[in-house]
Amino acid sequence: MNAMEKRFLDELRTVVGASGLISSPEELHTYECDGLTNFRVMPQAVLLPSNTGQVQAIVRVCHRERIPFVARGSGTGLSGGALPVENGIVISLARMNRILEVDLPNARVVVEPGVINLDVTGRVQPHQYFYAPDPSSQSVCSIGGNVAENSGGAHCLKYGFTTTHVLGLEVVLPDGSLVHLGGKSLDMPGYDLMGVFVGSEGTLGIATKVTLRIVKRPECIRTLLAAFDGTNEAGAAVSDIIAAGMLPAAIEMMDNLAIQAAEAAVHPNYPDCGGLLLVELDGPVAEVEALMRDVDEICRKNGAWEVRLAKSDTERMLVWKGRKAAFAAMGRISPNYIVQDGVIPRTALPRVMSEIARLSEETGIRVANVFHAGDGNLHPLVLYDRRVAGQEQAAEALSYRILELCLEAGGSITGEHGVGEEKKRMMSKMFAEPDLDTMQRVRCAFDPLHLSNPTKVFPTPRLCGEKPGEYVAHPLEAAGIAERY
Amino acid sequence: MLKTSSFEENLRAVVGPQNLRAASMGDVVSGVFPQFVAEPDDEHQLAAALSLANDAGIAVIPRGGATKLDWGNPPRKADLILSTARLNRIVEHAWADLTVTVEAGCTLQRLQETLAQHGQRLAFDTLWPEHATIGGVLSTNDSGTLRLRFGALRDLIIGVTIALPDGTLASSGGKVVKNVAGYDLPKLVTGALGTLGVITRAVFRLHPLPRSAKTFSFTAETFQAMQQHILAIQDSQLAHTSLQVRCAAGELPAADILFEATDVGLVAQESHLRDLLDSTQVEQSPESFWNARQNLWNLPINTALLAKISLLPTDIAKTLESLNSIGESRKVNWQIALQATGIGMLRLEADPILLSEAVEQLRRELQSRGGALVVLRRPPELHPFDTWGDVGDSVSLMREVKHQLDPKSTLNPGRFVGGI
Repeated sequence: MNAMEKRFLDELRTVVGASGLISSPEELHTYECDGLTNFRVMPQAVLLPSNTGQVQAIVRVCHRERIPFVARGSGTGLSGGALPVENGIVISLARMNRILEVDLPNARVVVEPGVINLDVTGRVQPHQYFYAPDPSSQSVCSIGGNVAENSGGAHCLKYGFTTTHVLGLEVVLPDGSLVHLGGKSLDMPGYDLMGVFVGSEGTLGIATKVTLRIVKRPECIRTLLAAFDGTNEAGAAVSDIIAAGMLPAAIEMMDNLAIQAAEAAVHPNYPDCGGLLLVELDGPVAEVEALMRDVDEICRKNGAWEVRLAKSDTERMLVWKGRKAAFAAMGRISPNYIVQDGVIPRTALPRVMSEIARLSEETGIRVANVFHAGDGNLHPLVLYDRRVAGQEQAAEALSYRILELCLEAGGSITGEHGVGEEKKRMMSKMFAEPDLDTMQRVRCAFDPLHLSNPTKVFPTPRLCGEKPGEYVAHPLEAAGIAERY
Repeated sequence: MLKTSSFEENLRAVVGPQNLRAASMGDVVSGVFPQFVAEPDDEHQLAAALSLANDAGIAVIPRGGATKLDWGNPPRKADLILSTARLNRIVEHAWADLTVTVEAGCTLQRLQETLAQHGQRLAFDTLWPEHATIGGVLSTNDSGTLRLRFGALRDLIIGVTIALPDGTLASSGGKVVKNVAGYDLPKLVTGALGTLGVITRAVFRLHPLPRSAKTFSFTAETFQAMQQHILAIQDSQLAHTSLQVRCAAGELPAADILFEATDVGLVAQESHLRDLLDSTQVEQSPESFWNARQNLWNLPINTALLAKISLLPTDIAKTLESLNSIGESRKVNWQIALQATGIGMLRLEADPILLSEAVEQLRRELQSRGGALVVLRRPPELHPFDTWGDVGDSVSLMREVKHQLDPKSTLNPGRFVGGI
């Protein structure tokens, strides 16, 4: 390590204290990847600030020294959003984990970014409220991470995504200045920069306070399980449910491979079938019971040979346990797997599923399917064994081909996991040059020096024009990766 | 007079002579008289026309149905009205996927009629639906009574195409509801008053039309009592779609609540509501009560100021009390339609000097409690008034965003916050 870097680390140490700076290689390994473990980069250092002032001070140093930084919450992301950047640092928000304010009459909660998603619900649950966005990792993922990725979850069909539930943000911009986006009441005058920031994957700055909307628990929740011969039949039932004018709280689907894995892992006792549908309705009791009778009828009409209704909380928890454990459960039936996150219009489900099955057979790589059937968000789990020569590359290629299928069907490359590092290469297939260029122009307003999670989301960085003063080549420019134009 | 002869020729060549005309009295924008009105046939022509104007230093005012054209500050300059009148197609109603792609010049009424053919709707009730266009409601972030259950326009839009002043046609979002690829630019242009780009088309998520619906109303003796009712309903497990408070100077506050459900569901909701409100008289009301906020505009308008206010639900009583007290002290006649989301449409009438003082006082009070007051319409005698109020510490960032997308301030110059 040369003298310049030591001086820089010393300066940061005075900001966060010795216990707030990690620089030993053994400890840095923990931060070299997030939930996407195939991609690893060692950071120069990891900082653990305790408050907004410290975050600002760290970012100011980075701005002055042109050091790129990556904000990290719980590190559970699946697209490499928290993957460190070469020669950069990681700023972990894990220590900023306080719930600051609970305002039930206005249905608002103010939290620090390191607060765990499920803990927000935990805090307001005694008053019959909950925080709606429920990614499967909600017992470990952070609100800050949810904001960065605009996380969804099974219930976003009815309740919307993180961006629907963020009312205000305190943000440290990449030059260290502090701004407040959104506010206490709705529709504050000005541009909806809060709406741009949510889902920007840490490329526009660091959120240090988040005001969240909480929602009253519905009077009742009923979950129905229906077993079909295949995913096509189950998909037809979903279409009929939508056509009948119903909007369930959640509709999930699993294929046989996914069911097997879930059964091996957590024993939810699912029917052994080709396509399993999980339909959840919530709301007033009379309404839900009336609509559930319709759902039951629609499922049977489409060939469901077993229909179960979970009535109690315990029954419901078990039904969901299998679905929420599906990814982790893959470990029971395969040494390694890649999970993808493409979205398709629901009506394209049969042809896309059939094409995935054909590709799977052609390549010999198994694919288990779990998805949010209500909104067409697929999670194909591409199963492989790293120890077998060539399988990892084949699995990767198949997972990207599936994303191409999603785009060909008019969908998206990511419904909730984000683009991060993993899907950058697909952005040019989903968006045209002018689209990406426009997004990057907005980025230039926030982060002209490209310091905030700089290598993520966009395949080719767009530099932001010269600043007055001495010309200094941007590291990406010097490395020949990007051009100034 | 602008040296526009070559610009005019070029514009005529781009949009066609039949789509370009001189402006007339009916095209005035907040007292500023433009020179031309162009009605391009499609989004490529629109982008080309915008680019020409940008190169020539011409100020452009995008226009849909002109129902809200005077919202925002008066423009510093207004040379060309760029109309979306011909961009009015419903491109695709993917009813089985609950999405619709629609051009910016389509009216809300026409869109809703088309969607209803498959039992669906855009869950948003706008002002003046027979004239208001998609581009206009998005650009002004109009906010209606269905917002309580279905969210704002920012929650319903899933994709957008905009024409930038340099001629770029850029799309963001997509055609599927669940999509986190790239930045959420649909949200950026919602409420941007056309100052970043001209919206040419949008994609929305849809909802099913309700099976049945019923509206109930009740009054309260005091503002505090009404606030308690509103908060109690919000804290309950009623699944209401809309909830609003109507009040005027010298009147008791009244509230309306909308339920949309199956018939058996409606019976249960009504019973639950009556239990919750205990001894308060609850009566069924006609659907027309939900036009309350538009009705504020229908009364004789000449001397009226109309404003959009934002507040926290726990400040409903305080705000009504402020209106009462300001009304009495400054002889202001006031009327309000306030949603339980905290968004309200407010109408004020008074002598211009007293009116100006009243609005400033009310704005100060709302802002001190984290709210806002945005003037939508001011009477001509009222001297120029800050439309937007306090914008907070992100205004420099907003100016940067503007600079990135519209560096020459071609679009609606001076109309937005912070002089944008």
